[in-house]
Amino acid sequence: MRKRYTTLALDSASLLFGRSTHPVIRNGVTIGGGAVIPEIKFTLPPTDINEGSMADITAMFEDMVAGVCKRAVELHQNPIVVEFELLPEMTINPGWGELITVRLRNVLDDFRNRDGLLSLLRITPVDIRELQKPPLRRSGRETELLFDSFRRCARAGGDMLSIESTGGKEVTDPSIMAADLRGILFGTVLLGCADMEFLWGRICAIARETSTIAAGDTACGIGNTAMVLADQGYVPKVFAAVVRAVTAVRSLVAYEAGAVGPGKDCGYENAFLKAITGYPMSMEGKSAACAHFSSLGNIAGVYADLWSNESVQHIKLLSGMAPVVSMEQLIYDCRLFNVASKKGFALNFRDMLVDSDARLDPQAFILKPDVVLDLSTTIISDGDDYVRGVRTAKKAVEILEKGARTGEMLLPEREAGWIERMKIALEELPPSKREFFKEESDRWQGVVDFSQYEFSESGIEEGIIG
Amino acid sequence: MDIYQEVASNVEQGYSEKTKKAVERALAEGCPPADILHRGLIAGMNVVAERFKSGHMFLPEVLSVAGAMKAGMTLVKPLLAGTKQSSFGKVIIGTVRGDMHDIGKNLVGIMLEGAGYEVIDLGTDVRADKFVEAVERERPAVVGMSALLTTTMLHMKGVIEALEQKNLRSDVKIIVGGAPISNNFATEIKADGYARDAGSAADLVRSLLKTDRHGNPL
Repeated sequence: MRKRYTTLALDSASLLFGRSTHPVIRNGVTIGGGAVIPEIKFTLPPTDINEGSMADITAMFEDMVAGVCKRAVELHQNPIVVEFELLPEMTINPGWGELITVRLRNVLDDFRNRDGLLSLLRITPVDIRELQKPPLRRSGRETELLFDSFRRCARAGGDMLSIESTGGKEVTDPSIMAADLRGILFGTVLLGCADMEFLWGRICAIARETSTIAAGDTACGIGNTAMVLADQGYVPKVFAAVVRAVTAVRSLVAYEAGAVGPGKDCGYENAFLKAITGYPMSMEGKSAACAHFSSLGNIAGVYADLWSNESVQHIKLLSGMAPVVSMEQLIYDCRLFNVASKKGFALNFRDMLVDSDARLDPQAFILKPDVVLDLSTTIISDGDDYVRGVRTAKKAVEILEKGARTGEMLLPEREAGWIERMKIALEELPPSKREFFKEESDRWQGVVDFSQYEFSESGIEEGIIG
Repeated sequence: MDIYQEVASNVEQGYSEKTKKAVERALAEGCPPADILHRGLIAGMNVVAERFKSGHMFLPEVLSVAGAMKAGMTLVKPLLAGTKQSSFGKVIIGTVRGDMHDIGKNLVGIMLEGAGYEVIDLGTDVRADKFVEAVERERPAVVGMSALLTTTMLHMKGVIEALEQKNLRSDVKIIVGGAPISNNFATEIKADGYARDAGSAADLVRSLLKTDRHGNPL
């Protein structure tokens, strides 16, 4: 049964890197208990994945994890978190994901036994449910394989379960390209939240069954798609900033369904989720530029309990293999976070992280701690997911408008008219979920299989936008 | 402003209804459909494509312009059926096997349609045999493949080899794109070209087909 957050777990003084209200503790590792810990992820160089190449692939994964562990030991970093994000083929063939998990676990255990390096392994099967068009979210072979993959990887040595779920993405993809807030809300808070409730109810059950941790999700496919398109100049940054705020309503459902953190690294909406839930979060910023660009390189660190590189290919750089390079970068970042905390400068350091980014980009501006707390209060206001989503979007637009007006935030000249456009779009929304569904569902016939989204499971009474 | 400029201007501003009306008027005045297409619809879209490429327009604005162009095309296209002018050429696009990412591919599709090409989108997770079937069926001028994963990009080579086996390779130009793809990789797998983003895909297709912005041979 899904619970509902109605109060914030953290206030302005406690919304800080390395600290959470409910640290995650396992195998001697404490996440969110005072220190920021590096979370490393790596992926294969161009490689064909098939039965015949699995021996080489597992060897490569062993090589990658051994390399990052060795560097952690050399640099006196203890503990570390490793994420194994399965590729589609490894989720479709759960045995392959399971095999790699076993191998990673063995290497991590060797380092624990030999060098005393403490570690946790996050496993992240890929959301293969969207292989079908329209996606089959609750039935079919892919859904079964996805849950089988979770179960097998958990039993094979995974500590924490995560996913970048894609519920609603069939609607948000075209809506991002059109900068269409109606579509964003329909895909993110109607379809997305309904899917999250289904998905996380089951992931939490698997976590209980396998004695692992139901960690968290990310609306990467929505928020980061908008962010990357904004970075390329395809959509306005103010629009991407509003999309980010709305994704928090969706990603929060994982915690309302029982997840306990650490949230998944690429969810920049984790800033809001940390304030609301008090669970630890993984964040990524400047040291994830190996995977994608962003305008949030420093400010994302404010909310980090784990500090991640997002992902890096196993290729040779001048100094060494890229995952090892990434590990070193993360370790030095974490040292700085942790020394700032130890010396009692955490709030000053937070200010520096904020002030170095916040004014320069609307997407960074909405991650300022005061804005995060303001928006988080709106996110948990009374009402169903639709009401929460609309209120959040309106609040985000209001905050961006004020930021631009006062000069606290740079608004690119070409984006000047977009705040007004978004305001108008939001004013035209109907007051209730029922009416919104009626208005929007025809538009998405053929794109969405509505039988795959059950809206009544939450038992949350329908709200009205006040 | 002559009637062609009026069509172009309405396209540029993304006015679907006004574009349609201007095209209707042009036809009523006896303007040749091919001229309406080139001097009106395509001319308007070309201006927008340039603005988009130079960072002066956002994609949502391009989409409404593409919608206006489409509205005009619905009137002109039937009159050009069977002529060389009906489209600048057919382009098949798809994301390769094992890869579910489609937003980049969709952007390429939008830009190519806007440039006057007929686009057939095979979707995501497309196996080599599906590309081959589509080439046999549709006889396109160009095949565009997309991949976002380092582990799926190699399937592009498989598609090219499958086309070679069926003796179809020389019939089409092949373009590739996606986050892990580079010009070197395109050369390595014997593709004909690499587009670094959606905006440059139409230019690449034009250059491979040796046509100008109006579909005329260079």
